[in-house]
Amino acid sequence: MASNPYLAAQAKRRRELVTPEGLSLPLTVAGRGARAAALILDYLLINTVLIATTIFLLYLAFGVLGLKDGAGPGQLFGTLEFLAVVWLIAMFLFRYGYFLFFELGPRGATPGKRLMGIRIAARDGGRLTAEAVIARNLLRDIELFLPIMFIASAQQGEGGLAGMAAAAWLAVFLLFPFFNKDALRAGDLIAGTWVVEAPKRKLAETLSLAEGARGPSQATGATYQFGEAELSVYGEFELQALERVLREGRPEALATVAETICGKIGWNTGKGDERAFLEAYYTQLRARLERDMRFGKRKADKHS
Amino acid sequence: MALMAFFGRKTVEAPPDIAAAALRSDRFRLEREGEWKRLEEIVSRMESGRLRKLSDEDVLALPALYRTAASSLAVARETTLDASTLAYLEGLVQRAWFQVYGPRTSFAGWLRRFLGGGWSASVRAIGPDLLIALAAMIAGTIVGWLLVSSDSQWFHALVPPGFAGERGPGASPETLRATLFGEQQGATGLSAFAAYLFSNNAQVAILAFALGFAFGVPSILLLIHNMALLGAMLWLYHGAGLTLDLVAWLSVHGTTELFAILLAGGAGIHIGRAMAFPGNRSIMAAAAESGRRAAQVMTGVVLMLIVAAFLEGFARQLIADTPGRLIVGTFMLIVWLTYFYAFGRRAESGES
Repeated sequence: MASNPYLAAQAKRRRELVTPEGLSLPLTVAGRGARAAALILDYLLINTVLIATTIFLLYLAFGVLGLKDGAGPGQLFGTLEFLAVVWLIAMFLFRYGYFLFFELGPRGATPGKRLMGIRIAARDGGRLTAEAVIARNLLRDIELFLPIMFIASAQQGEGGLAGMAAAAWLAVFLLFPFFNKDALRAGDLIAGTWVVEAPKRKLAETLSLAEGARGPSQATGATYQFGEAELSVYGEFELQALERVLREGRPEALATVAETICGKIGWNTGKGDERAFLEAYYTQLRARLERDMRFGKRKADKHS
Repeated sequence: MALMAFFGRKTVEAPPDIAAAALRSDRFRLEREGEWKRLEEIVSRMESGRLRKLSDEDVLALPALYRTAASSLAVARETTLDASTLAYLEGLVQRAWFQVYGPRTSFAGWLRRFLGGGWSASVRAIGPDLLIALAAMIAGTIVGWLLVSSDSQWFHALVPPGFAGERGPGASPETLRATLFGEQQGATGLSAFAAYLFSNNAQVAILAFALGFAFGVPSILLLIHNMALLGAMLWLYHGAGLTLDLVAWLSVHGTTELFAILLAGGAGIHIGRAMAFPGNRSIMAAAAESGRRAAQVMTGVVLMLIVAAFLEGFARQLIADTPGRLIVGTFMLIVWLTYFYAFGRRAESGES
């Protein structure tokens, strides 16, 4: 397992959640990168909508209402002020409404989170409440927007001290997820939520139903039977690697793996029938490992 | 599509396939995968929000199917080495669990409950914290007044120059009077200003709330600092003999706005207090519990600030005499107090 750093990091993020009815539910805490990417996607979306709304309002002001020629300057000013008010309020409400609407929905995720395959959940295994969603979104404002605004305004004068303080503040909140194992940000802590992976997997085909697993190969008519010695060289880790290769089904990979296995167990099969050979080996290896598993004996990999 | 055809064929041919499967764990899977797929379909439909397309049968079957899938997962973890089936089951159980334990209310349903008592109940629940916040605000006003009256240079330190404008120590009473009763570009001209202030004040309020995170101390300091500004302004207008006029001018929107800031500060202090003195709970649990209650108060604060902005932008310019402004301000204060301390109780006693 340790050979693959990604798998090792993922194993570190695994959590067992016990639901109120006593079921243990495996969860994977979402990676910090995925969360950052989701946030960026959401802001791209929000800002696109805001800019579109702004252009539409300007179009209303100058095009439809025909302010350019007919009306006097006072009326023009008044209408523009009115639109500015609408714009300011809409901008403020939209930003909050966006997160609340989507995170309270059945998917528990904003479009950005959904694209990254993550969602929010209650940390205690209970129901996700509206209050929790609101709390975590209110805190996003001080984690991100206020310091950024302070930094932006500090650049224009007054002195660097305020900007430095804001930068330190931003750093504290941005780095917050790096200092706890569940990658909680301050808003998650206050709301009692966390962000977890929400994978959507298809049920793959049953490998032991494949022709090579059931009997003679159609290409060569050969039936592959492996003995105890040949099956005992590999463990669960290799079995899963073999499963991935079979499901991906790339001919070169199949050939390489078949060659490796043949070398390891001292067989010499001809070329062209790798798939049937591997299917048979996979099924028999799995049957052996699962039998041992039922007796409480597990073999993690070829070294154990 | 090819995958769907494959699944379709397999469910039809299920009985021979189960017998043909070479592995016991695969037979286990083939026997149950029909139920798993039905659960997946129901969950997918719930996720996409098409609840109306869900038949009553499906809704009734959901809990049972969820339990079956969960126990399948428990068995599969001990008996199968098929990584993809395990991953599929884990994902499926997780998704079903999120649906069974998802937010019970929609956004609209939540809003109805919130306005119909949830908000005022949580305001009442943070009563002690509101008292602390109120004390901080009063102290801040007094401090502001005393500082400026001892040395008028303090005025410039407390009030940002852009905010003060022509209002400053040494300004003539006429100038000050004009700022209260003047024709400042009419009502519409100020409405943009009001909206700007609204989003600015909303952020001050959110800040007061969120800084409660640091055990509430910054919230109190922020309240004191903001109210010192008010104390300084009061001193300035007092010198010109316009105290009551200023209070009336402020009260139109100020009773709403200051109440909102009081609630925000109280919410922040509530979180800080819960984290500093968690009692028997863990700090994390205490923070989460108080955070949820405070968030409810805060949502209301944002609504109050919207009301305040409208009052400031429109009502204050339309009503140009001191008694009228005082009446509006007092009326709003009574409205809020009634809503928080009388209205919600009925719903509460009705529920219990």
